[in-house]
Order: sequence, then C-alpha cells, then structure tokens
Amino acid sequence: MTFDRRKFLLDTGKLLVLSASASVAWEAIVAGKPETAPNYTMTDHWWGMAIDVDKCIGCGSCVRACKAENNVPLDPMYFRTWVEQYRVNPDDMDHPTVESPNGGYDGFPFKGAPDSDPKAKHFFVPKLCNHCADSPCTQVCPVGATFISPDGVVLIDKDYCLACRYCVQACPYGCRFIDPRTMTADKCTLCYQRITKGLTTACCENCPTGARRLGDLKNPNDPIQQFLLDHHVVVLKPQMATGAKVYYNDLDGSVR
Amino acid sequence: MGSVLPAVQGFMYPNEVELQWSVLIVLYPYITGLVAGAFILASLERVFNVEAVKPTYRLALLTALAFLIVAPLPLQLHLGHPERSIEMYLTPHTTSAMAMFGFVYLWYLMVVLVLEIWLDFRKDIVLTWRASRGPKRWLYGAMALWYDNISPEALAVDDRVGKAITVIGIPSAFLLHGYVGFIFGSVKANPWWSSPLMPVVFIFSAVVSGIAAVMLLYMLTAWWRERKFDIACVDTMARFLFFAFVIDFSLEMLDLVHRIYEADESFRALDFMVHTKLYVSQIIIQIYVGTVVPLALLGLVQLVRLSPRVRSWIYWIAGSLTLIGIFAMRWNVVIGGQLFSKSFLGYTAYKMEWATREGLLPAILLMLLPFGILYVLVKLLPPWPAKPRKGDATVM
Amino acid sequence: MSDLFKNKVHLVRMAGLFLVGIVAFVILRWWMVPKSFGEYGHYRGAALGEIASLPMHYAGRAACEECHTDIVAQRKGSPHEQIGCETCHGPLLAHAEAGGEPKPALPDSRQLCPRCHSASPYRPKGFPQVVVADHAPEGQCTACHNPHAPKIS
Repeated sequence: MTFDRRKFLLDTGKLLVLSASASVAWEAIVAGKPETAPNYTMTDHWWGMAIDVDKCIGCGSCVRACKAENNVPLDPMYFRTWVEQYRVNPDDMDHPTVESPNGGYDGFPFKGAPDSDPKAKHFFVPKLCNHCADSPCTQVCPVGATFISPDGVVLIDKDYCLACRYCVQACPYGCRFIDPRTMTADKCTLCYQRITKGLTTACCENCPTGARRLGDLKNPNDPIQQFLLDHHVVVLKPQMATGAKVYYNDLDGSVR
Repeated sequence: MGSVLPAVQGFMYPNEVELQWSVLIVLYPYITGLVAGAFILASLERVFNVEAVKPTYRLALLTALAFLIVAPLPLQLHLGHPERSIEMYLTPHTTSAMAMFGFVYLWYLMVVLVLEIWLDFRKDIVLTWRASRGPKRWLYGAMALWYDNISPEALAVDDRVGKAITVIGIPSAFLLHGYVGFIFGSVKANPWWSSPLMPVVFIFSAVVSGIAAVMLLYMLTAWWRERKFDIACVDTMARFLFFAFVIDFSLEMLDLVHRIYEADESFRALDFMVHTKLYVSQIIIQIYVGTVVPLALLGLVQLVRLSPRVRSWIYWIAGSLTLIGIFAMRWNVVIGGQLFSKSFLGYTAYKMEWATREGLLPAILLMLLPFGILYVLVKLLPPWPAKPRKGDATVM
Repeated sequence: MSDLFKNKVHLVRMAGLFLVGIVAFVILRWWMVPKSFGEYGHYRGAALGEIASLPMHYAGRAACEECHTDIVAQRKGSPHEQIGCETCHGPLLAHAEAGGEPKPALPDSRQLCPRCHSASPYRPKGFPQVVVADHAPEGQCTACHNPHAPKIS
C-alpha cells in the first residue's frame, strides 16, 4: 500500500484551485455557510492524521510550511506544528534527551561525525494538535470560543476568544499558544482553509518523505484506513483518554 | 518575551516556554479565599451562635464585600480581550469550570453578601437617613429603598430573612472557593494540579486566610480607633484559626504523602521542581514560615497560659505569617503548575515584570484596593456598635 | 397595603430591583449573542466559514503540474518524484493564481539540500546522507545534481 497523495488529490477532482466549482465553493464559504459549498459537506468527513515516525528525516519542511501557510508568528515559542529530536540511551529508556531548536524550523544540523554516538538510538517525532475527539481544551473553554467542528477539527473562533488561556493549560500536548498579535489562543486548524477545498494540509503537502498524511476517517477509500490496518499505531499520551486522532506508527515508548 | 528561552532547562514543548497565568492569577484565588473565609467566620456567629466572635461579625461581612468587589479585577486585567468577558454571562459553556465564575460570583455578591449586609445594617441606614440632609440624605434614602419602617416587627423580619441568607451563604462560600480549586484540580493534563483534594484544600486554606485576615483587621481597627479590643473575641478567633489550620495542613500533607508514595510518571519531575525552583516559596515560606511556625505559636496559646499582652503579640505574628503562607500556597499552585513541562523533561522560569499590565505593580495596587474599599464601606456603614458619643452620627 | 407585605415593603422593593436586573440580563443576552451561535454546537457557527475562507499560500502540486509538464516528466521515476514542488520552491499560490507571475526565486541549494541530506544519526538508516564538507566543500549542489532527478548514473 503506497500513499500517493497526488493521485488522491486528483481523484477527488476538487483541488483545482482556480476551477469554477472551487470558486463557487469559495463564495459559499465566504458567506459563512460552508454547508452550502457544493463539494464539501462537513458531516461527511472526520479528519485525522497518520505519522510514520520511521520516515521523518527532521528537515523541518512541515514547520516552515505551516508557519507560511497559516501566518504563524516566527518567534521560537509559537508553533502549530513542530519537530522533536530524540536521543534515547538504553541505560535510561524513560528519560530521553529531547531537543527542538526553533521547533525544527531550521532543520536539525548535526555537528560531529554521524557515527559518533553509536550507543544510543536516534529519531525525530513531528508533533501537532491531535484534534482529539474528547478534547480537554474545548471542554474547559468558558465561552464556546474553541470547539470541535462537525468534521472533527478542533478550531478557535478568534473573534470570540477572550484569551483566558485555560485551554492552553488544559492541552496535555502543548499544542496551543497565545498569538501575541491578536491576543487570542491559536493552534493547528488542520489547514481548514485547504481541507475544505479538497487540498491536503500545508505540512502534509510539503513533507518530502510522506511521513505525515492527512486522512479522512469517515471515507472508506481514504488510504489512511489501510495504513491504520497495516501498522501498529499509537496515539500520544493514551492515558489521557483524549480521543487523539493523530496516529503514530512505530513510536518509541519514551516519547511523551 | 524571547528572554525566557535561555531560562529553559531540559526540554519544554516549544509553546510551553511562556507562562500563561501570571501573578494576577495568584491573586485571584487568594482574594476569593479571603472572601470565603471572612464570610464563614461571620456565619459562625449568626448560625452557630458563637457569641464570642460577635464583635467581628459586621467587620467580617464588610471585609468580605470589599475583597469580593476586587476579586474579578485581576482576572479582567489578565484577559487578552477584557472587553469580551461579558461572553461568560452571554454564552457560558456548561462543561467549563471557569464559566461558572460569573454566575457564582454574581450570586455570592448580590444574593448573599449585599443582601445580608443590607438587612443587617438597615436600621443604621434608616436612622442615618432620618438624621441627615442634602446629598447624604438622598444616599441613605436610596440605600434604605425609601422605606423607613424599623419597627421591631420589621426588624424581626429582617433578622429571619438574614439568617436564612446566612444559611444559604455558607454553602455558597464553599462553592465560591471550592470551584476555584476545581478550576485547577480538574486539569487532567497537569499532574501538579489534577487532584480531587484540590477544592477541599482550597476551601480550608480559604477559611484559614479569612479568619487570619479578619483577626488582624479587628486588632488593627481597634488600634486605629484607639480602643481596647476584646481579647476573648480574638482568643476565640485564634482557636478557630488553629483548628482550621490543623485540618488544612493535614489535607496538604495527605496530598503530599500520597504523591510521594504513588510516585507516578510525573513524580521525578515534580520532586525536582519542589527541591529547586519552588524550594524557597514552597518549603521555606509556605510550609515552614507560613504553616509550621504559626501553627506552633497558635498551639502554644492553646496549651500554655499566657498574659493577654503576649497572646496578642502572638496573634499579630501568627496571623501575619498565616497570610503570607497562604499567599505562598496560591503562588506555588498557580506558578508551580506552569514551571515544568508536560513532557516531564524540563523546566521554564517565571520572570515577573514590574509596571506592565500583568506585572508586580498592578498586583500590589490590586491588593491595596480592597483596603481602600473597606475604608469607604466602614465610613458608610460603621460596623462597630454606635456609642452615644458626639461624632458617631456624622459618619461621612 | 395588604397584611401580607406588612413590614416587608423593603424586601418587595429589593426583589423588584433583582427582577429588573434579571430582565435586563435576558434582553442583553438576546441582543448580544451572535445569531449563528449554537447552529452546530456551543459556538458561533459562522466561525466555521470564516476559518475555511482564510487565505491560502500553498497552491498544491497538482496546480503546479497543470503548467509545468516538463518538470513532471523530469521527475518521473526519480527519488524526488513524490516531493511537493513548494517544499523547495516555497509557497506559490499567488504565482499559480496569476498565471506565472511573480516568478519565484530559485532556492539556494547549499542551504536547502543539507536540511534533508546532511549526515545525522537521527535520520533514518538508509536515507541518502552526506557529510557536506567532505562530499562537496563548495559550490551549488545543483552543479552536479538535477534537483528534479538527483541520481547521477
């Protein structure tokens, strides 16, 4: 089973940015009624993501693409997605050495000889909002400014958020921050402006190895279904019971 | 803001580097705790007929009101969009502990405190209304709702209704502060907060801080007015303070022992934090200076016969240390809960600013504001028994 | 005055004040809550459309391939075939929408290529990596490698 995103996109036949049908959809969306968009019905979808840890090369393309697509502040403490670099010593498996310089935005240049550290295992882990089905962040929002959309994406209404920051505290994965420009909470939208038009997210579009793949868990023909069948996947912090929908293949137990 | 980055030890998720809840959010549970505690002390006299603390009843109520008026201000100042706080009333999210705030607050302010104070002071209000002229007459008339019936029958009605409100008020006070504890205790993502004991600990620490605050204020106002305070009254308050403190401390130690014994995945990280970044504020200030010392002093008074002069000195010291200790406890909960990474692999730092919106200066001003409000309230509604003495009627 | 309210007029007046407050709150709530609030759940329904209509910056490779058929042909069968065009060339929706203008700058291969291919023990084994200083101390990577079909046979 291979993941051919290009084929997937072509098959859906809805990606042509400038096509007539898309522009009709666009107008419907601008009017604030996405349900009337001719080619997107929210209740037909339930979005998630599959991440193949073995394929991540730590190039940081997803981080850069995310910031560019979504106008995320470039400071090193605001990320909708970031990459962590793990070094696990077999003598102390529970306490890995983790680094994420600038969230991986500039990649992870390695200083020293590539074979200089043979006594440890090394890997990268991309992180993003898990778009939890039972999300603790939306649970605590006092006013209804953050919510799970009918298609399973955890979103923020930036015109309604009062920045009490309770959601930032409630996220077990550290996926939320306060955007210093708007003074509202901010997080991954799963590129909602893209996926509602049949495109994939900026991070998946720009992952050179296909380590990250957007998937529609309601679509039986989506390749993610087969991926979940073929691999032993796990979500982050399963003990939190958040209903996370970002599935990691071959994730090391030391990752939190 | 980037200046925090070098203070990071180990690994934080990138978005965790900045602390979200500042010193203002430390003030908030501290202030609501004082409100709840002061009210519960006042209720003792009214509901349980503890005659000895009667001299503090009205002062405790006014103190609770003064602090309650200030309680939402640190929250308001801290919001990224204060102008949107009305949404908490318009579209409260029923699954959010925080959304309860507006309603519990309004309930407590209007239905419990304002009504109880109004009913208790109505006779004084009407008498002042009758005796004054000009704007002051209008003001007290309005406060009396232009109804000057203070016949024994009318006052008996007031007393009955007031007592009923106090009975409602006690669970309300528990609710007011218990839910503040729940706001923290229900965050499952944060092992430093997540504990069913949190609301209970908050309630008892609130009682402790409230009694200590009213005790100090009572002694302070007596000294201010150059009167002798009723040492029997302060003795009783100190005894209540001691018992409440014993319960509070036991609960906190139970929480601590439980954490150490269970030693779950977060233990190593939290243990390290308590012995480094929180050592001064938690071990030294909260536990030793703010709990063990005042407990020992108050216990001493229970066991040994001391002269009133020595006792009052002990009350001054123990009360002040208690208030410092409870503040440190709020600090350690709020700030401590944000210093470690939810990956349990690193720590960040809290750099308190000075004259910014969430800095130390506004925090100090907000802490002084209730005393200003209390001053005005005491001028408007003198809580001490009116003595037939010249000058007492001219309260303005 | 009826006997019922005897000595209780102040309480009735206070209750009236509370009633006025509650009515004012209900009116305020009716007036201020956004009309689409509650359409799908406890949030402003219109927010969905607003978020969905936020501007995009990446066109997606399918848009690129509509015009750049020569590159599609070059990439066919190469190890770089599956890589998104904008991964190296940057976000180019504006370019695609304007039919080719503005022309994007060519990426600096000395900076770009090592992000994936500089040797590191953290990268998966078997992924092509070089110690850049040994492999090519200077010059553009593109001097030897065609980035669209990098294998030198």
